Order: sequence, then C-alpha cells, then structure tokens
Amino acid sequence: MRILRAIFGHGSGRIGGVIVGIYLMIAILGLLGLTPHNPITQFRVDRLHAPNGTYWMGTDLFGRDVASRLMAGTGQSFTVAFFSVAFATLAGAVLGLAAAWLGRRWDGVVMRIMDVLLAFPAILLALLIVTVAGPGTWTSVVAIGIVYTPIFTRVVRGPALSLKAREFVDAARTFGSSSTYIVTRHLLLNLVAPLTVQVTLALAWALLTEAGLSFLGLGTQPPAASLGLMLSDSRNLMETAPWLMIFPGLTIMISILGFNLLGDALRDILDPRMRRAPA
Amino acid sequence: MNYLMRRLATFPLVLLGVSILVFVAIRMVPGDSITAMLGTEAGLLTPAQRDSLAAYFGINQPWFVQYWRWIGGILHGNFGISVTYGRPVLDVILERFPLTLELALLSMVIALAVGMPAGIHAATHSDKPSDLGVRVVAMIGQSTPSFVLGLLIIYTLSAGFGVLPAMGEFAPLWQDPLRNLSQLILPAITLGFAFAASVTRISRSAMLDVLSDDYVRTARSKGASARSVIWRHALPNALIPVVTLSGIEFGYLLGGAVIVEQIYALPGLGRMVLDAILQRDYALVQGAVLFIAFNFMIVNLLVDLAYVALDPRIRLGEQ
Repeated sequence: MRILRAIFGHGSGRIGGVIVGIYLMIAILGLLGLTPHNPITQFRVDRLHAPNGTYWMGTDLFGRDVASRLMAGTGQSFTVAFFSVAFATLAGAVLGLAAAWLGRRWDGVVMRIMDVLLAFPAILLALLIVTVAGPGTWTSVVAIGIVYTPIFTRVVRGPALSLKAREFVDAARTFGSSSTYIVTRHLLLNLVAPLTVQVTLALAWALLTEAGLSFLGLGTQPPAASLGLMLSDSRNLMETAPWLMIFPGLTIMISILGFNLLGDALRDILDPRMRRAPA
Repeated sequence: MNYLMRRLATFPLVLLGVSILVFVAIRMVPGDSITAMLGTEAGLLTPAQRDSLAAYFGINQPWFVQYWRWIGGILHGNFGISVTYGRPVLDVILERFPLTLELALLSMVIALAVGMPAGIHAATHSDKPSDLGVRVVAMIGQSTPSFVLGLLIIYTLSAGFGVLPAMGEFAPLWQDPLRNLSQLILPAITLGFAFAASVTRISRSAMLDVLSDDYVRTARSKGASARSVIWRHALPNALIPVVTLSGIEFGYLLGGAVIVEQIYALPGLGRMVLDAILQRDYALVQGAVLFIAFNFMIVNLLVDLAYVALDPRIRLGEQ
C-alpha cells in the first residue's frame, strides 16, 4: 500500500502506473477473449476497412478486426513478457545468491557462464534458442528469460556480496542460523528493492524483444495475434492501410513507455541511498 | 598493464564457452544443412551423393571430431566453408562487416552529437521547462523500438513526400560514398534515436551529479565562467558513464542490427546470421557468433581502458 501511494505521489510514477494499468486491463480482456470481435474471424466483405463505428481500428487484409487483434496481441505480448521476466528473476536470483554465498569456485564458474551469455547480442541469442526449440509462445518465454538471466544474476550478486560481509549476517551465523535461512531472510529480503526496479525495467525490454521476435516471424505464430507480427504484416500495406501499422506501433511504444516510467519512479522511491537503513 | 594482461587472459576462456555453446546449439536445430541448402532438390540426391556432400562439408563426423577440427582450423585462421555461400566463412563475414561497422559508427555519432548536448543542456537548466522537454523526448525515444521508428520513417517519407529510402544493391563506402551515405543515413537515424535518448539521460544524470560536487562549487566561487565550469571542470568527469553506455551499445551494434537491416534491406552481419541460422549453415553461424563475441569483448576492454584516460585516479583491476 505504502509503495502504491509512493508511486502515485511521484510524477512519472503516476503516468507510468496509469499506462501500465490500462494496458494490463486490455491484456487481460484480450486473454479472456472479451474482445469486440473474434480476433481470428475473417469478415471477408470488410477487408481493409478504415477505422469506423463497427471496427474501431479498422480491419486487416483478411477482414479481421484490428482492435480485437490488438487486444489479443497485447495479452500475448504481456504473457510472454511477464513469464520471461519471472524466469529471468528466479534464475538470476538463485544463481546470483549461490555465486555470492558459496563464493570461490562457484562464483567463478557462474560468473564466467554469465560472461559467455553476455558476449552474445541479446536478439541473436534469443533467435538461436527459438530456432533450436521451434517458434512459439513458450519458446519465446524461455529464450527471453535466458537472455536476461545474466543481468539479474549480476544485479543480485553484487549487493549480495556486500550484504554477506555485513555484521548482521555474522550475527545470524553466530546465533546458529542455517545458510538457507540467512540467504532467504537476510540477503534476499534486502535485495527486493533493486530487484523490483530491475523487474519493471526488464518488462519493458522483454516486451521489446518479444515484439522483435514476432516481427521476424519467430515468436507467436499466425493466425494468433501478436503486436510484432501485426507490425510486420503492415509493411506492404503501409500506404493503403496505415492504421495497420499505427495502432500496433503505438501500443508497443506506449506500453514500453509505461514500464520505463514506472521503473524510473521505483528507482527514485526505492533507491537505497534515499531509504532508511535496511533492517 | 597487469590488468590488461589479466583481462586478455580471460578472452580465450569466454570465447571457448561461446564456441561450445553455439556449436551445440546450432546442432540442436531440427533438420540438416544439406536439405536446407538444396531445398526440394535435396530429394533428388542419391544416398551416395548426400554422403559425399556431407563429407565435403565435414558434417558426417562425430560432433567432437567436428568441434576439434573446427577449433583447430580457427587457430590456423580457417573458419570453415559456408554451406549457403560455398565460400570461406571468414570471407563472407568480412564482406558484411564494413556495413555493420559503418552503421554502428554512424549511429553512435548521431547519438553522441544529439544526446550529449541535450543532456548537458537539461542538467544545466535543471527543472526548467527545457529540461522537462528534453526528459520527455528522451523517455519517448528510449521506449520506441527501432522497428516501429523505422516503419514510421519509411511511411512518413513515402506518404508525405512520395520518396522511398534508397534501397537496391548496397554501395560500399569506397565505391560510391554518396550513395552509400544515402542508403545508411535512415537506418543510422533509426538506430541512433533510442541510442541518443539513452545518452541524453545518462549525460544529464552524470552532469547533475558532478555539478553538485565540491570542486565545481570551488571553481564557481573562484569566479570561473559558467562555460568554463561546465566544459573544463564538470564535463570530463561526467564523461565516464557516457563512455560506458556508448561503448556497450556500440559493442552490441557491431553484432549487427537484425531488425533494422531487415526493414531497410541491408546486407549486414545481423541478417546474415539470421539467414545462416534459418539455413542451418553451421560453419557460418559458429564463425559469425565467435567473431561478434570477440568484437564485443574487445570493445568492452577498450571502454575500461578509456576510463583510465578520462580519470587518471582510476586504477583498473583494484577492488
């Protein structure tokens, strides 16, 4: 509650929060199938209709309702973004904590593997994984998740190392607390703030990467709707039907903007330098 | 020097990891490269012809023999033969690389030329309307995917002015500089926009940090002019985060900009790798990924060395 109040008291947090809230609702409606029309039904007589009262955002080459496809596509993109970031956060937290806590050889091995992953450009690594596993929603989740795992590992490992050297950890050890207890209660709980900021910003990148993969035809497969795919399909019809490009383009842009604004606000709010000393 | 040596010593280890990863991954892609290369004609091959093709490309061996021969070849400068191009992998890569390098450099120039002055202006006019304006534009820039911007640029040009970006056969810089620039300027703006937005944001926040430091206050109280305080005293120290960000971004751009190359039909490294993955061109994917990873590591090392040049107090390798 306190954090929500803080977000809405912060200029960009308020705007970001509202944008993310609206798109979240659109995504949920899209996932539940509560769209004005069926997103894959082809109204053949109404092909390439400009936006009007029946089709708020027009229709595409096959006579499908763009607004409904946009809602379904937003649902699809958000699903991939949320699950991939959850994957990366979980994997990054486990690896980062293990590296920091176990130290020495473990630390070396984990961080070298992360160096290897980081030496790949993100989109190429995702492309390689998607090609290996075959395109699809869950492949995109795993691919994007793996790509962002090294970043989370680094975000967790650094602060975890410095927390490990703090007196309260020594004290917990002296009292006979188990390693698992110290790592989850003392280290992880103190890492919630930097992780929250990272998660919000990573959601923006994940949306971007998902749209990029679908744009290249390696994400969600037709006839299912996805924002990247809609944009890619709009390329040849740009002049006759610009609405096919404008609406999905704006949707991707504004939802990423929302997460970026929210991430920035959270960073201001949760910045350890501005908080009271950690418990 | 010591630091440089230690950093260089980690290169082979990371590259070995990259090589194993890409070698294993590309072999897990379903399908085989001969079918991918010949398409439906592959069905006309007799088993003997197929075997001899596999032997020619060396893909009939067990995987560890293939890996060993591949690594051994690389140490002798031989990256193998590309199945799709029928030419040495290194030749194919080096043919595509100049475009990618030029595009990355051009985007970085645009990003720095726009982003740094904007960031410095915003920091020195903090909380004034112009600062707010710069921040809003930078935020929007950072949230605009390159493919959305690319399509918007093409649409605006074609619908508004009736012109299309110069596509067709790519003209290398040394053959036709003017045509080359006309082909690359829009892709560079497309990539440079988000890049400039990041540079703006980081230069603004770095400059704000530095401007509140004691030595800047001292310089001001000594009566140094506002211009001299910003350019002589504050800027050099604010440059470090800008260099880091630009370096990392540049390193990534050297890996090719798959989507922008696709939109503008440019024969760069990114599209080549994408096609090679889809074609299961093992040797080309492996060689290209290794090449990209190596470049990325070199750029990162150069960024670290640049810190020392910018701030002699920094001693690399010390905790």
